[in-house]
Amino acid sequence: MLKMSNIHKVYKTGHVEFRALKGINIEIKDNEYVSIMGPSGSGKSTLMNIMGCLDVPSEGDYTFDDRPVRNLTPNQLAEIRNRKVGFVFQAFNLLPYATAAENVEIPLLFAGMKSKARRLRVTEVLSSVGLADKMDNKPTELSGGEMQRVAIARALANRPNLILADEPTGNLDSASGTEIIKLLDEMHAQGHTIIIITHDQSIGNHTQRIIKLKDGMVFNGNGSPA
Amino acid sequence: MRPSVIINVFLRDFRKQRKRMSLTLLAILWGTFSIMLLLAFGEGLKYQMKHGTRGLGEGIVIVWGGQTSIPFEGFGKGRHIPLVPDDIDYIRQRMPELEAVSGEYIRWGATVKFKDKVLSERINGLFPDYEQLRNFIPQMGGRFINGADIEKRRRVAFLGDRTYERLFSGGSTDASGKESQPLDPVGQTIEIGGTPFLVIGVMQHKMQGSSYQGRDEDVIAIPASTFVALFGDPYLDNIIYKPSDKGDYKGAEKRLFEVMGAKHKFHPDDESALWTWDIMEEEKEEEMIAFGIQLFLGMIGALTLIIAGVGVANIMYVSVRERTREIGIKMALGARRIYILVQFVLEALWITLFGGALGMAMAYVLTEAFRRVEIDSEAISFMGKPTVSLEIGIIVTLILGIIGFLSGLFPAMKASSVDPVQSLRYE
Ligand SMILES: Nc1ncnc2c1ncn2[C@@H]1O[C@H](COP(=O)(O)OP(=O)(O)OP(=O)(O)O)[C@@H](O)[C@H]1O
Ligand SMILES: [Mg+2]
Repeated sequence: MLKMSNIHKVYKTGHVEFRALKGINIEIKDNEYVSIMGPSGSGKSTLMNIMGCLDVPSEGDYTFDDRPVRNLTPNQLAEIRNRKVGFVFQAFNLLPYATAAENVEIPLLFAGMKSKARRLRVTEVLSSVGLADKMDNKPTELSGGEMQRVAIARALANRPNLILADEPTGNLDSASGTEIIKLLDEMHAQGHTIIIITHDQSIGNHTQRIIKLKDGMVFNGNGSPA
Repeated sequence: MRPSVIINVFLRDFRKQRKRMSLTLLAILWGTFSIMLLLAFGEGLKYQMKHGTRGLGEGIVIVWGGQTSIPFEGFGKGRHIPLVPDDIDYIRQRMPELEAVSGEYIRWGATVKFKDKVLSERINGLFPDYEQLRNFIPQMGGRFINGADIEKRRRVAFLGDRTYERLFSGGSTDASGKESQPLDPVGQTIEIGGTPFLVIGVMQHKMQGSSYQGRDEDVIAIPASTFVALFGDPYLDNIIYKPSDKGDYKGAEKRLFEVMGAKHKFHPDDESALWTWDIMEEEKEEEMIAFGIQLFLGMIGALTLIIAGVGVANIMYVSVRERTREIGIKMALGARRIYILVQFVLEALWITLFGGALGMAMAYVLTEAFRRVEIDSEAISFMGKPTVSLEIGIIVTLILGIIGFLSGLFPAMKASSVDPVQSLRYE
């Protein structure tokens, strides 16, 4: 699925350089269920943005589905994000003025799907996260758990192989959090590759492999599948 | 770049942003409305000025006798050159390039009487072709001086519309005892210098921007032959001619000096021997002035529109900042940068064009209304009838399009350069 070798990421703020990732080597196979853990500021989100082709590494080689990302154009990266990656964020990141259905529709729009097919797919995927009756609700009319389920439905809309979840339960109570994890489990069972960033050790233990990050480096030697 | 994707996203988001857009729409609407109105009134004014000159006659030159300034064939300078009646035929025969040649006699302060009303008026002795040359068009039921009038030295008079009003007003009362409208003058008899004249027509009212001997609406015209018989004037006051080729009026004038110089013995280059007044020159000047006024009004309008455009750009710009997270989310979900760019440009264009169309429609309705309402005021009648021409519509649409595009482009470029990673960082 994806392979990183010696990935570095340097942020520049004015003249100050900050090295958020320092030589990351990670390999993740299709349909793996992996968690990334580590203290705040260790570079987890940075790593995930690179994995999802939202950002590019400053150094090192990243291969996504056997394609070197270095050689891809911005449009090709956008296409990968649209078709092959589903992002789920801690802050949900739903468009506030759009209904649940309209939020889920966005990636379908970018995929160029016809309106009738879009409607069908939106209904289907929102039903699969148990929100068939909340399609026309705006985010403000939904609970946190429901918002995150909309976000998951949106991530799933184009049937991507890879789901990247950045602290998906971080803003939720434990009951809602458990439901979200259950959804991710289901998706894993259906064949998706799941990478989840979490601070919750029990969630980490629930996954097949924990990659521990510290100071921009993998420090538990879990970069590659066993 | 898939157009359908862009259109779909644009339409969807646009419906969500109505409130934010409506104010910008208003700004553009107002700007367009102003520029359209200013240009429409400019157009009306232009028409009015053109029309005003035409009232005097189109493409004509008026000639008065002058004084020589160059000694010629033994004559010293300072000699008066009078215009005599047979100059008309003389010029007509030698200058075939002229469409028409005519002349007029003038006498000031003649006593004119109708019933108990006595006025002191200017009397003009005229020829039939004056009707066309100087736009002396009779009202319904009347006529101008004709060939038979000249031949038989008939005692007939053609009145300017204001002379008619002054002479005939209050002249009768109707059955109810109220002062009635002036009665039908055609067929009435007036006295000029004690001699009875039959009124044959009254001039249609016309706009007259300039004049050289008093306004035409004050005229009392009688046949030239009758005039000479009555007053015995040996000289014409002026000669009027009209070149067939409007473009060559300078050449015609040069030949006139040659022809008249040969007859009256003055040097053909002696510019003061005859005084000439070219309406064409006047027409051109007035066209320039009118154009200048329109340009000025148009510039004011365009500035108003630019300010409105800056308003649009500003709101779009602010909205980019408000919408960075939205942009980041869209990028994460697979939007290409060009989608974001085009979306913002489209939004600005749409606001401008829609607001512009509304403003144009409003300006059109208003000018049409203005044209229909009769307002009895000199100032407003001089302003003329505001006219929304096709050209104005096209120009304004073009300006709007450019402003819409530019005011959208810069915010759009900023929007499409948003770093999704930054914008999605949890706050
Ligand atoms: N755009 C940026 N410019 C400069 N520095 C940045 C930028 N993004 C992240 N950083 C820095 O890089 C480091 C890693 O950030 P990152 O968001 O990846 O951490 P994280 O492990 O996800 O932390 P958390 O658990 O708090 O989400 C941090 O020190 C952060 O300040
Ligand atoms: Mg993070």
